[in-house]
Amino acid sequence: MDVIIDNLPAYVDGFLRTLFLSVVSGIFALIFGTLLAAARVSPVAALRGFSMTYVEIVRNTPLTIAFFFAAVVLPRLGVTFQQFEVAAIIALSAYTSAFIAEAVRSGVNSVPVGQAEAARSIGMKFSQVLTLIILPQALRTVIPPMINILIALVKNSSVAGAFYVMELFGYGRQLANANGDAVLWVLVGVAFFYLLITVPLGYIANLVERKVAIAR
Amino acid sequence: MTTQVPGDALVSLNAVNKHYGQLHVLKDINLNVRKGEVVVVIGPSGSGKSTLCRAINRLETIDDGVIKIDGKELPEEGKELAKLRADVGMVFQSFNLFAHKTILENVTLGPIKVKGLSKTEADKDAMALLERVGVGHQAPKLPAQLSGGQQQRVAIARALAMKPKVMLFDEPTSALDPEMINEVLDVMIQLAKEGMTMIVVTHEMGFARKAADRVIFMDAGQIVEDDTPEEFFNNPKSSRAKDFLSKLLTH
Repeated sequence: MDVIIDNLPAYVDGFLRTLFLSVVSGIFALIFGTLLAAARVSPVAALRGFSMTYVEIVRNTPLTIAFFFAAVVLPRLGVTFQQFEVAAIIALSAYTSAFIAEAVRSGVNSVPVGQAEAARSIGMKFSQVLTLIILPQALRTVIPPMINILIALVKNSSVAGAFYVMELFGYGRQLANANGDAVLWVLVGVAFFYLLITVPLGYIANLVERKVAIAR
Repeated sequence: MTTQVPGDALVSLNAVNKHYGQLHVLKDINLNVRKGEVVVVIGPSGSGKSTLCRAINRLETIDDGVIKIDGKELPEEGKELAKLRADVGMVFQSFNLFAHKTILENVTLGPIKVKGLSKTEADKDAMALLERVGVGHQAPKLPAQLSGGQQQRVAIARALAMKPKVMLFDEPTSALDPEMINEVLDVMIQLAKEGMTMIVVTHEMGFARKAADRVIFMDAGQIVEDDTPEEFFNNPKSSRAKDFLSKLLTH
């Protein structure tokens, strides 16, 4: 127990970095994932092909590969950054966006095709059909699975700890090495701070699910 | 057959063909609809009448042939097609009202987003249209709160709000309970009287008799007869039309 209280500043610093990584990557992943989903249902074959290939590759390879790619391969290709956080955000957003894209796509498919036909028949362009008619209806059904993906993102951000980013897990490793006699409590502390983010997210998911159920 | 001058056709189909895989759903369709004309398309299920209707605003693509609206050939996908669709109103069998928008928003969305009308202006027009089809008091509700007949009348108002040159009806009463069919047909008859150009795919023979200028009978992807309602119902020429009508009348 003492080891947690003694190292509280480290925990809090790690917690804030984990929160930062999750929020920033989450926002990028939501934007990029929705664009990928839009590309996947667009009338342009090249966009559909790109989206499908991207999602299939990224979704079916381990997150660690995305991290290696962002932290090791990108700098060799000339994309350099001062902090490893940037690499972590790139890896996490790129990885999570594939899952978001699939969730949004399933939501789009849940909207009856007649909605799009009606929208097209009053003269809407593809972008209008998507943003005014399809996505607003799709997002309602997509929010619960989306929050699951975001919870996974928070936990996945721990991989950044292995790439020199001092987030919760990075500190956890350091503290565990320094306090060999209290490893259990060090890890309990780490788990507690993760729960501090993920449990409220799950709670929000429940709230939203109920709200959507009423709106139907 | 009615003789026509192709020059003044508002909707014209010329040698239109379409296949679904092996199935030849539209076989060499030629059709001209003049301004103000009400054309009712009837025929057995699978005869291609809905496909014909949906091809006119390119919800279905065609394999070959030419479809023209007001002299302009239907464009490929894109801005031009969207512009042309705004001039062609469409009413669906399953209403397809935007489920997340109120009745009023359903009607104003097109005028605001496609035509660029102000909200005040669009609201005023929409309320007038909703009053006209008898659902003005439902304006703030969501589509799911209305009956089928009311929803279909809203769908007609939504299409009319774009001030279309021609209205397409794809079996507008087929999904309705019997007691709601008339309230929708009444609106359509009123529209026909006001001079709207209409192409109506329907099983409602009463509507065809009352409101149609021409009846087109389709079977197996072909236009088999094209005549006035009196001639078609009293004196069908083809054996297929006779067969179809006899089945209707025996029940």
